[in-house]
Amino acid sequence: MDGLLREYLPILVFLGIAIGLGLVLIVIPALLAPYRPDPEKTSAYECGFNAFDDARMKFDVRFYLVSILFIIFDLEVAFLFPWAVAFKDVGLFGFWSMMVFLAVLTIGFAYEWKKGALEWE
Amino acid sequence: MDFLDSNLGIFLIILGQCLLVTVLLLVSLAFLLWMDRKVWGAVQLRRSVNVVGPFGLLQSFADFVKFALKEIIIPSGADKPVFFLAPLISFVLATIAWAAIPFYADEESAWVIANLNVGILYIFSVSSLEVYGVIMGGWASNSKYPFLGGLRSAAQMISYEVSIGFIIVGVLISTGSLNLIEIVNAQRGEWGFLSWYWLPHLPMVVLFFVSALAETNRPPFDLPEAESELVAGYQVEYSSTPYLLFMIGEYMAIVLMCALTTILFFGGWLSPVPGIPDGLFWFVAKVVFFFFIFAMVKAIVPRYRYDQLMRLGWKVFLPMSLGWVVIVAAFAQLGVPGYARW
Repeated sequence: MDGLLREYLPILVFLGIAIGLGLVLIVIPALLAPYRPDPEKTSAYECGFNAFDDARMKFDVRFYLVSILFIIFDLEVAFLFPWAVAFKDVGLFGFWSMMVFLAVLTIGFAYEWKKGALEWE
Repeated sequence: MDFLDSNLGIFLIILGQCLLVTVLLLVSLAFLLWMDRKVWGAVQLRRSVNVVGPFGLLQSFADFVKFALKEIIIPSGADKPVFFLAPLISFVLATIAWAAIPFYADEESAWVIANLNVGILYIFSVSSLEVYGVIMGGWASNSKYPFLGGLRSAAQMISYEVSIGFIIVGVLISTGSLNLIEIVNAQRGEWGFLSWYWLPHLPMVVLFFVSALAETNRPPFDLPEAESELVAGYQVEYSSTPYLLFMIGEYMAIVLMCALTTILFFGGWLSPVPGIPDGLFWFVAKVVFFFFIFAMVKAIVPRYRYDQLMRLGWKVFLPMSLGWVVIVAAFAQLGVPGYARW
C-alpha cells in the first residue's frame, strides 16, 4: 500500500464503523420498542395550545449576517494555516505580507463593527 | 510476518485498531457521563446517581438500555430522511474526529489511528461540519422550538469557531507543523510543565477553553437548549436512540475539546516533572482533569443571554485572538524564547 492510502484508509474504516454503529443504534428501537403513533403524539410540540401553521417561518436576517461574516473570517483562517506552518521559511517578507493582509481584513472588520453588523439587542 | 504485510493483513490491523478505539471511547464516555452527573450533584449538595451498581457507576449503561427500548416518535410534519440523518451526522462526525488524536507517541511507535501530517486541519474541518447535525435536526422537526434552537446553535457554533481557528494558528506558528504529534513534541523541554505552550500562549488557553464551551453548546452557553425559553432546543422532537446519538455526539465533542486543549497547550502525554516517564497515563489524566473543569463550569456558572454571547464572540474573542496571532508572529520573528520552536 502506498503512503497516502496508508494514511487515510484508517479514517475511511473509522467512518464506516461510526456510520454502522449509528445505524445499528437507530434500528434497535425500531425492532425492540413499541411503535404506536397517534395524531396527538406525533403533532409538533407546542406550549399550551395546538400547533398551528408551518414552523419553517421567516427568521431574523442577522443569522444570515453572522454566517456571511463567518465565511470571511473562516477563509482568513484557512489562509493563515499554510502561512503559519511555513512561517520559518517565508522570512521577513512573508511576515509583512501577512500583516498587510490582516490589516486589510481588520479595516473591514472595523467597518462592520461601526455599521452595527455585530449588534444584537 | 508475510500476512501482516499484505494488504488484507494491514486492513485487518487497521480495523482492529479502529474498533478498539471506538469501544474504549464509548466505555470511557459512559463513565465520564457518570462523573459529570456526580460533580453536578456534589456541587448542588445532593446525592446524584447512586442506585445502579456501586456508587451508581453503571447508571449510563442502564440509561442506554432504557433509550434502546423506547419508542421513536416521528413528528407528523417532519422530513423523515433528514430527521434521522441529523443525529447520525452529529454522532459520526464527533466520532471520526478522534481518528487523528494521538494518545501516545515515542520514537518507535505512535498510538494514533491515522497519523496525518494535516492532523489539526482534519480535526478543525470535521468539527466545523458538526453544525450540520444541529441545524438539520432543528429544521427537519418542523416545530417552532427546534427551529429557533437550531438557528441559535448554528450561529453560536460558527461564531466561536473563528476564534478557535485563530488560536490554533498561534500554536502552529510556534510549532511549524500541522501534525499533532509534532505539536506535542515541540512542547518537550527541560523544565517539564513550564515548557508547555500554556505559558507562552497563556491568554489563549483561557480563550480556547471558553470557546470550546460555546462550540460544544455547554453551559454557560447552552442557549440552544435553554430549558426555560426553548425547552430543549433542536432536540425537542427527538426521542429514544436518535436523541441518544445527539447526546453521545455532544459529549464526544466535549471530550475531543478536552483532548485538544491537552495536546495544544498542556503537552499531551508528556510528564509535568522532568525525570518522571511520559505515558498514556498523563494524557488520560489531563483529559479527565479538563472534563472535570467542564463539569464544574456547568454546575457553577449562570447562563449567558444570547446577545451577550454573540457580543463576547465577535467583539471580544475575535479581536483578541486575531491580535494574538500578530503578537505571536512578531515574537517568533524576533526570536523571543518559547515562541519559535522549529
